[in-house]
Amino acid sequence: MRVPIDWLSEYVGVEITPVELAERLAMTGTEVARVLHHGPLSADNFVVGKVLSAEQHPDADRLRVCSVDTGDAEPRTIVCGAPNVAAGQTVAVALPGAVMPDGTTLGEAKLRGIKSSGMILAEDELGIGGEHDGIMVLGDELAAGTPLGDVFAVSSEVLEPEITPNRGDCGGLYGIAREVHAATGAALSAPPWSHDPGEATIGQAPAGISVTVENAGLCPRFTARIFENVTVGPSPIWLKARLAAAGQRSISNVVDITNYVMLVSGHPLHAFDLDQVSGGELTVRAARDGEKLTTLDGEERILDADICLIADADGPTSLAGVMGGSRSEVSEQTTRVLLEVAVWDGANINRTSTRLGLRSEASSRFEKGLSPEGALEAQAMATALMLELTGATLSDGTLDIGGEGPAADVVRLRDARIVSLLGTPIERERSQKILEALGFGVEAADDGLDVTVPHWRRDDVTREADLIEEVARINGLDSLPATLPLNRTGRAGGLSREQQLIRRAEDVLVGRGLCEIVGWSFTDPQVCEQLLLPADHPLRALVVIENPMSSAQSVMRPSILPSLLDAAAYNLARGADGCALFESGSVYRAGPTNDGMAANEHHGLGAIITGPARLPSWDDAQPPAARIGTAHALVSSVLGALGIDWEVEDGELPFLHPGRTAMIRTSEGLLGWFGEVHPAVAASWEIEQPIAALAIDIGRAAAEAPAHSIFSDLTSFPPLREDLAVIVPAGVSAASVVTCVTEAGAPLVSRAEVFDVYSGEQVGEGRVSLALHVDFSVDDRTLSDEDVAPLREKIVAALKSELDGELRG
Amino acid sequence: MIERVAEIQKQAEAEISAASSSAALEELRVQYLGRKADLPQLLRDVAQLPPDQRGEAGRAANEARQSLEAMIEAAAARFEADELTAALAADKVDITLPGSPIEAVGHHHLLSATRREIEDVFCGLGYSVVEGPEVELVHYNFDALNHAPAHPARGRSDTFYIEGGGEGPDQVLLRTHTSPMQIRIMEQTPPPIALIVPGRVFRRDSDATHTPQFHQIEGLLVDEGVTLADLKGTLLAFARAIFGEGRELRLRPHFFPFTEPSVEVDVSCFMCEQGSVADGGRCSLCKGTGWLEVLGSGMVDPNVFAAVSEHGYDPDSHQGFAFGLGIERIAMLKHGVPDLRFFYENDLRFLRQFG
Repeated sequence: MRVPIDWLSEYVGVEITPVELAERLAMTGTEVARVLHHGPLSADNFVVGKVLSAEQHPDADRLRVCSVDTGDAEPRTIVCGAPNVAAGQTVAVALPGAVMPDGTTLGEAKLRGIKSSGMILAEDELGIGGEHDGIMVLGDELAAGTPLGDVFAVSSEVLEPEITPNRGDCGGLYGIAREVHAATGAALSAPPWSHDPGEATIGQAPAGISVTVENAGLCPRFTARIFENVTVGPSPIWLKARLAAAGQRSISNVVDITNYVMLVSGHPLHAFDLDQVSGGELTVRAARDGEKLTTLDGEERILDADICLIADADGPTSLAGVMGGSRSEVSEQTTRVLLEVAVWDGANINRTSTRLGLRSEASSRFEKGLSPEGALEAQAMATALMLELTGATLSDGTLDIGGEGPAADVVRLRDARIVSLLGTPIERERSQKILEALGFGVEAADDGLDVTVPHWRRDDVTREADLIEEVARINGLDSLPATLPLNRTGRAGGLSREQQLIRRAEDVLVGRGLCEIVGWSFTDPQVCEQLLLPADHPLRALVVIENPMSSAQSVMRPSILPSLLDAAAYNLARGADGCALFESGSVYRAGPTNDGMAANEHHGLGAIITGPARLPSWDDAQPPAARIGTAHALVSSVLGALGIDWEVEDGELPFLHPGRTAMIRTSEGLLGWFGEVHPAVAASWEIEQPIAALAIDIGRAAAEAPAHSIFSDLTSFPPLREDLAVIVPAGVSAASVVTCVTEAGAPLVSRAEVFDVYSGEQVGEGRVSLALHVDFSVDDRTLSDEDVAPLREKIVAALKSELDGELRG
Repeated sequence: MIERVAEIQKQAEAEISAASSSAALEELRVQYLGRKADLPQLLRDVAQLPPDQRGEAGRAANEARQSLEAMIEAAAARFEADELTAALAADKVDITLPGSPIEAVGHHHLLSATRREIEDVFCGLGYSVVEGPEVELVHYNFDALNHAPAHPARGRSDTFYIEGGGEGPDQVLLRTHTSPMQIRIMEQTPPPIALIVPGRVFRRDSDATHTPQFHQIEGLLVDEGVTLADLKGTLLAFARAIFGEGRELRLRPHFFPFTEPSVEVDVSCFMCEQGSVADGGRCSLCKGTGWLEVLGSGMVDPNVFAAVSEHGYDPDSHQGFAFGLGIERIAMLKHGVPDLRFFYENDLRFLRQFG
């Protein structure tokens, strides 16, 4: 919304600079996005002139040499290119020294040999509309030399306030003027609708039109007046200039009046050519599915049953509250005008304009919810202008369906409640003054004020808290003390155990040299193909966005892996040799959950390392490439830090290397996986090197983690360590060897760990040698070789019988 | 014999003192104390002396041997230390070479680091941290938070809706703010409460200053007698913890559907004095205004309490404040990040600068 200061000043005596005013409005609740300037920077050197003579230029067919009286001692010679310039006209003249809207300063110039000391202006040269066909011709009553700024707003500062959704009343200049009045104390003029030339016609319906409102819920009030003998023509220059400064194009006097009144009152109006209203009847009703209407912008709109329209005997003629139809548009031939001012349901208008992708000055005002009383205010103001500017006569009668809104609320504003909500008092007299300035009715009460809400704030101010906001915002919040509330929750606050553990897990990965990324929650549904997911794979249960910004961002990621691959590909493409990345964030699967959530979300922790397992250095020039073991170590680090017991298990995931896939199992179930990314998957991200990867449901891991560690005595009696080298068939897993050793050596084996793997000639074809550290210990003495010897034999026997294993060497 | 002992001792002492390396010392040890050396031989010979001489001679020889042993040991220790020192001095490495591995620790993303920093401030003020679903219902995201049916934020041009959701309040969307957790928490926890909700939120906006996903931290404190002044004090403590001591706050009235009164909160710029930098120029951070807009907040609207009144929240007796701040915004202001896009590009050259 654009508020020309010059125009605003008609309603409120602004005495501070536009920038100060913008600041003051911002500090009282009306943010001002911009202060800009319309027209020339100054009105200086723009005057009224009288064309005394206009002669053909001797050397140019299209130029006239004019003698113009600009109030100076001598007439000026001005060369003019407009076809319509003629002796006797009263015109707008820019004198040498005038600064034009584009910033250039007008000088004296020779045009085809004749010196021109000034310029006769067309409208567009002052930023008013697009008229450049000819110069603007002013009223003859104006004296030569009159400053042009006295005739209309040549130059104006313009505020661009951002109106919050609760302030439908600030959709018009008078509403802003009321705010300025309350915020600055500047005097407020009576509203421009105070005098209604049609007041006497209220109470009876006009002849020649019948209106039916089928759904009063969608149209709480519908008013109309009929104007006869209308002469449609151009608007006077002051009106054009004001509309231009407010960012509106002048169309014709009748249309301009509707726009002008809307800009002042905030209430949109619509003018019908009554002769084009078929059957002389209008019906407000819901559209039928598929019904069509061509709106004023020339677009054919296909409607549905939730959309409200105005129809005549021939069908839809106007899209209620959003835009008129072209069939009943006011044209140059129009002589009878039906002026409609209605109130529409805000939510419905919002839905309609969203559904049709059609936002208009009208819809953006109606959707905030306008008061029924405002309809007749707009009628009053428009009637005066119709009579004044179009030569119209008002038919007897004011059609009114729905009438005024409910009686005003009276809300008690208690002094004590102000203190208890704000933490500081506001004097009762001060509150009263503020509320009165905003148009509220105020009566004294025992413990405060009884406040009557004006109709234009009916929906917004209904409770004591709303009144407190009104007095607080106008009174200003500068002097509000800063206090800290008591914390009476009885809890210490802080992070939960789970949150602490998730931080710990992230810290472990940072400690291991990984960089955290923050990826997009959105992804492309194509990611399922990239991950080689078969048609029935559970990860294909995607959360799909109905209205995505692009197909590449049209579903929520079903795994933490793709965003990590995106980031790796991005960095590899920019010259990184490798990268070690992790992400901690939500992963989404479709479908409601047991706990009533709309989708299955979990907190995933994922990591990938590609390239060297650690960065090469002068001391370590050829570190090994990251492989599954790198991911395994990271999983061990993270879950170890959380104190979680876990095991590796065979598994299959379509996006992992089938020979290098490991599932992470705890007593509660599968917690995640690690491995190497399938080369075909990596290739679809244009990564050609092995990628070690892992993903853990870290939210669940944190929940499963033991509350705290319990002491074990591992120091009083040191363990007896033996190293075993076992040769087993190649298919036997390390984990099964460890399990066999631990179980056979129970209860004294406290640790068994593989530290070397060898296959080759010395162990024979199809066999592999594993070397293990084995610790034996008990908690009440130091073990001797004699204690351990029988167990050692049991272990050897078990390896032989269970795994076809034998001791090496 | 005693003379002979004294003679050997004197000679040995002179040679040990003159020894110049641990190798020479070892030779002397063999020469004077080895099995075939004179002194041990003398000790063995003591047995052949007459009984009355054995005691004195034996003692003398023993003392001489012990004295020489001690002397050799002391000299050996000295040589060992000197030789180690020399060996270490020769084993010098260029300490200006970088560490190995070059970068031993990674980095938290700036958004995570900032989130943690803010969380820790409020944990210190006694707040709990809770998180909630990002795929939400219209009921929690809009209805229960007092958004009018026509509130523009509900529009499909502003909010992402999810396919296959229910109708009306059960329609499914991506939460547009962390505020739905206000309701979820109040449904579960009776007053008084003090908590923050960090998390990811989504709005249908993408330009130089908006990304369709971003991160917020919601705050909510409800009790009896909580005031707007308490909100100001709390946010002042926050602002000073994050942006430095000496910061001031400015509250500007605003409108949010779920708070009344509502205020936008500005923090005094930490890069300048009232809009002017040291050389008198206009501050580029606050655009010369002296203030940085950091968050929206207000007193919880009575209608929000009404939505959870059955859980112990009485609009007549309970008051509270709520605030919502953007983590990206705080991180950009504090660390001078000029463009939102850096946060989601995940370029290592960006990531390694922070956290």
